[in-house]
Order: sequence, then structure tokens, then C-alpha cells
Amino acid sequence: MRLTAEEKRMLRGEMGEAVKQALELQIEVGRFFGARRLVPVTNVHMMGDIEVMGDGGKSFIERVASLNARCMRDTTTNARCVDFGYVRELDQDPDEVEKEKKLIACLRQMNVITADTCINYQTLYQPHLGERVAWGDTGTVIYANSVFGARSNFEAGPAALAAALTGRVPEYGFHLDQHRRGTFQVNLRADLEDLADWGAVGKLVGESHQDYFAVPVFNAVKKTPGADELKHLGASLASYGSMGMFHMVGVTPEAPSLRAAFGGGRPREVMTITNRDLERVYASYDSRGDPLDLVVFSGPQQSLFEMKRLAGLLDGAKVKQGSRLFVTTSNGVRSAAKRLGYLDRIEQAGGIVLEGVCFYILQNIAQIRARNGWSNLVTNSAKLANIIRAHKFNTILRRTRDCVHIALTGEDRSTAGRRGR
Amino acid sequence: MKRSGDARAFRVRRAFGQAVEGEAVVSTEGFSPRYDLDRWSGVISRPGHAMEGVNIKDKILVVPSAKGGVAAGWAFYDLKYKGIAPKAFVFGVTNPVMVQGAIFAGITITEGWSRDPYRLVRSGDIVRVDPRRRTVEVVRARD
Repeated sequence: MRLTAEEKRMLRGEMGEAVKQALELQIEVGRFFGARRLVPVTNVHMMGDIEVMGDGGKSFIERVASLNARCMRDTTTNARCVDFGYVRELDQDPDEVEKEKKLIACLRQMNVITADTCINYQTLYQPHLGERVAWGDTGTVIYANSVFGARSNFEAGPAALAAALTGRVPEYGFHLDQHRRGTFQVNLRADLEDLADWGAVGKLVGESHQDYFAVPVFNAVKKTPGADELKHLGASLASYGSMGMFHMVGVTPEAPSLRAAFGGGRPREVMTITNRDLERVYASYDSRGDPLDLVVFSGPQQSLFEMKRLAGLLDGAKVKQGSRLFVTTSNGVRSAAKRLGYLDRIEQAGGIVLEGVCFYILQNIAQIRARNGWSNLVTNSAKLANIIRAHKFNTILRRTRDCVHIALTGEDRSTAGRRGR
Repeated sequence: MKRSGDARAFRVRRAFGQAVEGEAVVSTEGFSPRYDLDRWSGVISRPGHAMEGVNIKDKILVVPSAKGGVAAGWAFYDLKYKGIAPKAFVFGVTNPVMVQGAIFAGITITEGWSRDPYRLVRSGDIVRVDPRRRTVEVVRARD
């Protein structure tokens, strides 16, 4: 790999031990992927909380902080595992909560902005076309690449931290034009009226094409999606397919036409998604006769618009006795929702709105599930329906209105739910 | 019947790490330490996973693809810290997270298979992964 004079100085340790070690990691990763050089980034987003890092990661961060490491780019944090206002209510482990506090202090000492959000692309930073960033959380990366036309690979926690310390990343994957071209085509014939429908598309496309370098090109979309719809699509593609980029003809910046999206190449495959395919997705979930007593809106965190709609759907109603409804969002959105009255309406209906966290990474989530006797988890997030199964939840994807109805009544009135009875 | 070592070897496209030898676990399904693994015991916990119930400690995992999220970047390091990490990952296709995480944790990782490993390696075989030579070979077949 070709290194600049500055990078050589970094490698010699002239900019500190932490920078040296960070660059060494980046060079090894770059070598693996055949990168020829490192390229500067403007913004870093990293995942770092005690649930994902464990004691091993925490001891690493403490060591790096003790080397007087300081991020040289604006660096924000992803959703974390503790909302300190709800520790007791969720009965989270006090020792782990203390570790989380120490971790946050360490990160701040290193000049990290602990914003604790997985929707930074909606609330904090919108990179421009061609801008290089180093983002963690797959949902943020696929959004940056696809919707903004910015350039990022999945930068996992230690890799994002390395980018923050060196201000650069190895140039491979989605930093290169050749990997940004579409590889297969998806004709969207379905109506796609709910956020869950977009997530279901992500499941259908991602599950059948598990490959980071597969880039679907969505074509013939019937209606222009908004930011929340693209958010659910992207998060789901990344979750089921490990994908980091998609195009949507006439919608995303690198796809003014089908031809442009494929960069002159041809699709390896053409698939079509219809309303029937979506119904099959919904029908694939089964409550197994257990109660539908847990409904979660999370993964990614809710935008202000999602909060407003949810407040409208819940207005004046009450979550069924014995059932729970959780919402997760960022501190910024929660604060705005409070001021605008959405938060009160959700809470008055019995909903619990957590900030700075995502439901699936909550510290102790498996134990919380067991203690509450939860079996089923109903959600409008296809990503959450996928990822939280590791904690032995039986998940059920439903459209937003159906989720709210289940929270209020315990009854699944969706077509798929009625058939399942 | 044992076949010769040469007959039961394949090449990999990219590789990082020390040469290692250990018991193979061959999975027909992709892997994520977030989605599929109990990160306290090292046992594959996702109900219905092709490797459900398998303990990955000190194993060489032959896996077709990487799944999901960025958390693997920390998870591998923590597995190593807890002493329950696998010795190597032999991926068909992988993603940067797995690579970043494995390199950060100092775990051997490879990507790309020159031949179909499902015809060459069975779970329980002792295999050797040599990143420098970019080879994976069965050194002792399961009895």
C-alpha cells in the first residue's frame, strides 16, 4: 500500500502510540482487501457500548484513552444499551450500567460526541455526494452510500475508532466506483404503503442475496419513498443481506436511469416483488398460540415523523393491561417530541419511550425477556424481527397500524394474523 | 477410507493471520456473532441455525457468508478476551466487519474458496489454515 509522508510519520509513532496502532490495523484491513492507499474521511460514526464491547472492548478503550488518544474528526456514537432513566424499570445489571458510564466518560475524554443514535443520517449529519465518511452501524452506512451518494464501508467499532484517530480509511469496497455499480435488478410492483412493507422488501432481497458486494437496483417503484421508508429498506437489506448499498432509479443520486445504476453493465438477475410476495412474508410469522403482549418500535430509532404518527395512532387509547409497548429514539427526537406533545400522548397511552438506545442491544435483554415471560415480539421493523431472534424472541413483523392494534387489544387483525388463527 | 492430504485441500482468495490447526465446523448457513451466538458461552444459540448447539471455542469455522451488523468488530475481541474465540474463520464471502473484527482480535480469517469445501471438509476433521500460502487442508479426517 502506498503511504503518504504523514502516514509514515504516524506509523513511526510520531503522532502517538494510539494513532500508530490505529493505522497498523487499517493497513492490515486494507491489505486484506487489496487497497492501494488510504483516503481522508470527514466524519466518523462508531458503535461502542458495553453490551457490544464487553469487558474486552472496555479494557481496550481504557487503554487507548490512557494513551491520550484524541479523535481528529467529528465522531458520534451509535445507539447504546442503557437509557439511564429506565435502568430500574428494566431491572438492568447495576455493574454493567456502571461500566457503561465509565465507557461514556472514556469516549468523551477522547473527543467523541456521545450522541447515541443510529439515525445520525436523519438527525445529525448528511454527507454530500462523493463525500467519504467512516460510519459504523450497517443501517447508517447503507443510507450514506445509497441515499446521499456518500462513500463508506461498514466500519465496525475498532475500525471506526481507528478512522477517528487517523482521519482516514483504507480505500476498498464502496470507496471505489467499481463496487458501487448495481449487480442485480429488483422491480418493485408492490404497493408499499407502510414502513414494514419496505422492510419486508429488504428481507426478500437481502435474505436471498447475502453478499456485501451485491448492490440491488430497485426499479419501477410506484411511489417516491420518504426518508423513513428508505431507512427501513436500507436497515433491512443490511441486516438480512449484509449489504452496504442499493440504488433506486429516479430516487437515489447515482441512479438517474437504470443504465446509469448499472454503470453500463448488465444485471446478473432480475427479480420482481409483488403485493403477494409481501403477504407471504407477513404470513411466514407465527405466534405459536402465545400471547401478543410485546410491541416494539425500534431498530432503527424512530424519527420525529414516526413519533408523530405513533402519537396519532395511540391518541386517547390505552395499551392493553399486561401488554407492553416500547419505542426507542434519540435524545434529540425525544426532546422535540416532548415539546410537541407527541411524547405525552404515547406515554399517556402506556407506551415507554427510551432514548439513546436500540431495543435489541439493551443490556440484559435476554434476561429481561425471561423475567417478563415474553415469547412473541411484534414490530414494524424487519431488521428488529431478524436481529433480536438471537435473544430467543419469536418475532412477528406487522404493519404499523396492525402493531398498534395488537398493543391495544392483544389481537392480530392483519390478513396474515386472521389466517393464522 | 482416508484420502490423501492433497486431494482434500483448497485455496483461499484473501487471508490474514497466523497458520492454525484445529477441528473444523462446517456450516451451510452464514454466521454472525450478534445474531447467532451466545457470546458468554460460545455456543451457537439461534434456534434453527445450521450450527445450533455447537461450541465455537478453538474451532475452525467454515462458513459460506457473513451476516448482519457491525458489532462483530468488538465481539471477536471480546470472545478472545473471554477465552472462547474460534481459531479461524474460513469464509466463502465475508464483509469488512468480520475482517476488521478478526484482524483486531488477531484471529485468522480467509475469504474465497477455490473448490467446494462441502465436498472436502466435514465437521470434526482436523484442518490447517495457512494464510501465507493461502491454503486450507484436511490434515486428519474424522474417524
